[in-house]
Parts: sequence; C-alpha cells; structure tokens
Amino acid sequence: MNNYEQRPIEILLVEDNPGDVKLTREALKENKMANNLHVVGDGEQAMDFLHQSGVYVNKPRPDVILLDLNLPKKDGREVLAEIKEDDDLKQIPVVILTMSQSEEDILTSYDLHANCYITKPLDMNQFIHVVKTINNFWFSIVKLPSK
Amino acid sequence: MTDDSTMRPVDILLVEDNPADIRLTREALKENKIVNTLAVALDGVEAMKYLHKQGKYSKVTKPDLILLDLNLPKKDGREVLAELKQDNNLKRIPVVILTSSQAEEDILKSYNLHANCYITKPVDFDQFLKVVNAIEDFWFTIVKLPPP
Repeated sequence: MNNYEQRPIEILLVEDNPGDVKLTREALKENKMANNLHVVGDGEQAMDFLHQSGVYVNKPRPDVILLDLNLPKKDGREVLAEIKEDDDLKQIPVVILTMSQSEEDILTSYDLHANCYITKPLDMNQFIHVVKTINNFWFSIVKLPSK
Repeated sequence: MTDDSTMRPVDILLVEDNPADIRLTREALKENKIVNTLAVALDGVEAMKYLHKQGKYSKVTKPDLILLDLNLPKKDGREVLAELKQDNNLKRIPVVILTSSQAEEDILKSYNLHANCYITKPVDFDQFLKVVNAIEDFWFTIVKLPPP
C-alpha cells in the first residue's frame, strides 16, 4: 500500500522507561513489516538524533517518532515544539505515547501539532495491542512523507 | 478501550465533493461499533462556514475529527488545512487527509501544513471500507482526542 514496504521503516522511540522500551520493541518485532527501532532516553538525545549530530551522525532520518512527554533533560513538550517549528523536521509524524491522561497535556500536544496522542495502557497485553495498532495504522494505511 | 470519547457519539466532519465517496464513507461508518454522527461539507467554503458556525451552521458542535479531501470546489483542501492549522480555536482538531492524490508533493505539503495524517483513497470498494474502518479504530479507540 505504500512505498515503505521496500525498505525497513525507521522508528525513533524517545522513552526513558526501560520497561516500556522493552515492551515496544517486542510489539514491533512481531509485526509483519521490517522496521528498525532506534531508542533515545532523553529529549536532548532525541534532538541530537534528529539533527544527526555527534554520535548520531550516521543515523537515518526516522519515518515516525514515538515521543514520551515526561523525559529527563529536555521535556517531550519542548522536543515536540522544536520538531514542529523546524522546516526540515516538522513533516515527520510524531505520535505522543505517554502515561499522562491530563487534559492539559492532550490539548497542549495537539496545539503544538502532535500528529496524535495516545495514553499508554498499564496492562501489558493492552500496551502491545496499542503499539501494534500504531504500527499497522501508520505503516500500512497512512502515506508517509518520503523525504 | 479507556477512551472517554467512546461514551458519547463522535462527531465527524467529512469535506468531500464526490457523491460516491460520501456514500461509501457513510456506509463504512455505519457498520462501525462506535456511535458517530457524520456531517458533510461539499466544498472548502462550506467547511470553513461549518467550523466557524456561520449561517445555518450556528448550532453545530465542533467536530472531533475532520476527514478532508484535497481537491475541492471553491476553496481547495490545502487552503482549508492551512487555515485550520493556523487558527488557535481549530488547530487542535485532528485532520485526516483522505484523497485520491498520490503525489509526493501533496503528501509532503500536507504534513508541512500539519495534517495529522495523509491517506490515499483506495479505488477498490472493499479496500476503501477497510481504510475507513482503520481510521475509526485508530482515532476513536486508540487515540486520545482533544477534549471538546
């Protein structure tokens, strides 16, 4: 259905919780589409990765970003705002994936042009279901920008 | 799942000028388990009137999701998207571009204008239904929509 079936999908996960990283990795592994999951643990690393600076010089541009809101060093809200104001980065879809259910976080994220906002389920099976649904929607239904 | 928006009907605004696509979308949404209302605007000018609650639209509720075609009479979908996403009262409403265009330029431009996602309409009927159902499943059971 889209061009991305030809090469692995590059996903950047910005997440500081090792348990959630592990679950996301497992859920993505089961998926039928080949994907490379890149993980960074804080907001500064996320921006370095996206700007391919320092140790990230050879890293690919992600097709989709999964972004937690509560992160060390640089907050997810700041990362989101920077991405969506940057002409070279703003076209990359950003999926907010967070524990926060606060209305303020939901509204702020959409106002900052998050592509969608998803609350992490506490239940492990539900979590895996959510990651699989994200994967299926963004990689087999949606057309991604191919810059 | 745990989404509050499943408790009340979801209001969808479809901006589409093709009668066959309107009918198909309506049918696909009917089959879905989530209660929804579908309003249709046939061109970009009507869509903006609806969203600004002008004239006959004074009593409509703000939609939870907008399905927006790109090629529309009077005011183009690209213009509608740009206006929506620059309007502080409207920009938080998720906009799903649902169009026949597969042009890379349209895809890139839509994301740059902050479309929430871009989907190409499949020509095949069953595929079209599948896509509309996938939009619903994703946006109404997985995603947290902005509170009204």
